This record gives sequence, C-alpha cells and structure tokens, in this order.
Amino acid sequence: MIRGSFYILLFYFLGEMLSKLIGGFVPGSVLGMVLLFLALYFKVIKPESVKDVATSITKNMAVFFVPAGVGLMVYAELVSKSLAAILVAIAGSTILTIITVALVQENFEKRRAKNKELQK
Amino acid sequence: MNDFLNTVRPYLSTEIFLLALVLGVFYLGIIIYQKTKITLLQPLLTAMVIIIPFLIFTGIDYQTFYQNTRILNFMLGPSVVALGYVLYEQIGHIKGNVISILTAVFTGSVVGIVSVVLLAKLFGADKILMASLAPKSVTTPIAISLAEKTGGVPALAAAFVVLCGIFGGLVGPIVLRRIGVKSKIAKGLAMGSASHALGTARAMEMGALEGAISGLAIGIMGIMTALLIPFAENLF
Repeated sequence: MIRGSFYILLFYFLGEMLSKLIGGFVPGSVLGMVLLFLALYFKVIKPESVKDVATSITKNMAVFFVPAGVGLMVYAELVSKSLAAILVAIAGSTILTIITVALVQENFEKRRAKNKELQK
Repeated sequence: MNDFLNTVRPYLSTEIFLLALVLGVFYLGIIIYQKTKITLLQPLLTAMVIIIPFLIFTGIDYQTFYQNTRILNFMLGPSVVALGYVLYEQIGHIKGNVISILTAVFTGSVVGIVSVVLLAKLFGADKILMASLAPKSVTTPIAISLAEKTGGVPALAAAFVVLCGIFGGLVGPIVLRRIGVKSKIAKGLAMGSASHALGTARAMEMGALEGAISGLAIGIMGIMTALLIPFAENLF
C-alpha cells in the first residue's frame, strides 16, 4: 500500500517535471503513466509493488470526477446561452469520434486476420 | 428555516461532511445503478443531481465545496498514472497493433475536432465558443492549455471536457453495441479517444483490456489533438 502509493506519486512527479521540460503540451499524469509503464516493462520496478494500489484506484476512477462534475453548476449561465449549439456539437462529435476510432481499429484487425488466413 | 440553515451551514461546509457526502451519494448511485441496470443512472450523474441542488439549497458556494473535496480531484492525476500498470498487464494484447492504434486515434482526432467545430458553427456558435469546444475529447489539463492558445475560455473548455466525458461514458457502450464492434481493443480505444478518463472509467467496467487500451488512448489522443488544433483554427 505504502510502497505502491509512493511509486505512483513518484512517477506522477517525474511526469510533471518532464511535462514542464517539453513546454506542458502533454500533461504530467499522462507522461507519468508512460514512465510507470516503461519502468515496469524494463523491470526497473516489480509489478507486485504497485498492483494493489493501481488496481483499486483505476477501478474507481469515476468518483474522482465528482468535484469537477459539480463544477458545471458554476458555468450553468454561460452554457445555457448557447445550449443548443453546445449540446448538438458535443453529442454529435463524440458519437462520430467513437464510431470512427472503433471502425478503423476493427478494420485493421479484420484485415490482419484475413492476411493470416491467406498465408496458411 | 434560514436561521436553522445559518446555524448548520458551518458544519455542512466541513471537509469531513462534504467528503462523506460525496462518497455516500456516489455509493447510493452505485446501488441504484446495480439494482436498475439503467445506463443513464451512472453514479457520477446521480451524485451531481443530488449534490448540486443540495449546495444551492444550503447556500454553500462551489469554491467551498471544491476546496474541501479537492483530495478527490487530486486523485485524478494518480489514477491516470496508475493506468500505466494496467497497460503493462495487458501489453501482450497490444503487440502488433501499434500502427492500427495510431491510425485509428489520429483519424478519430481529426473527425472529432472538425465535427465539433462545424456543428457548433452550424448552430451559430462564435469563435470563442468554438475554440473552447475544439479540445473537448482530451483530459482537462491539455484541453485548458489548448483552449487558451486558440482564444477560448479555459473554464468553459474544462466544463465541455466534463460534459463530453459524461456523454461519451453514457452512450459510448450503446453506440459500440449498435454498430456491432466486437474487438476489445477497438472498444477501449474508442472510449478513451472520445471521452478521456471518464470513458476509461466506463471501459474499465467492460474489462481490463478495454480499460488499459482506453487509458493509452487518452495519452495518444491528447498528443494528436495538441498537434492538430493549430490547423483547426482555420475553421473557426
């Protein structure tokens, strides 16, 4: 628990530093994720040391969004002025993004499976 | 009634009470979701629907609420870092998918930015609104800095990121079922690309592989969007 929390915060910190170095266009948490992955992959740290903490916090991520979600109340007025535009744009674009990404990836996988069969 | 509220407000504004409130209401949300199995009744939505009126009724301002529950907001960072472990566990499934993953997320990023800007324009949005909407699919820290660079409002961008996350988390699994996507990698990738950490929270519910890929997608989507947004400015 202590060891796992320490490693996660350490890689978060390293990620933040790296983010500052490259001008901040990738957030520290995302770089921390990549660094933690690399440390595990190249056996710098043992998987067991972060397993418990990492599994429990990633399984309950949604609860961490409550403060930000409640924050929508502050922007209620700003948002309500252009509500139609905002809702249509976000809903439409989110659905299109989901469909595009899923279909492109699945097509790649199908094509690869077909090529494998042809080679047999 | 007002006297009573004035007396209890200091107690209700404490860290202990507000944190207990968030966790309690979220727990209630989980029970409701498990009992009803209705997709719309996401614990996050239940929590918002109860807490926002509660704050308005008791006269506790958002600043106070945010200050006293900031530990939860802070945990967003470590939870993204922790996805590195989930990714490590699932790495065997990703091998051989690198090019397809990059292509899929790149295409998704282009489609996402162009469609949100054009749809908003169609409905009469101004430049400021479009600039705040464009980075909606990435995590809050990236979205805020991108919106700032292109003349949007950071606070609005943050609100749109949350809206987009809630919406994608809600309808994502339904859309994916509707279009008949079977591949777990495709599902996770789509959830994370479109709806960042909230999409990932939902993808984790589908399975560990979906969740891990979704976490990876947050990072790739963030980088691609950061590179593409400067070109999107021409559309505003």
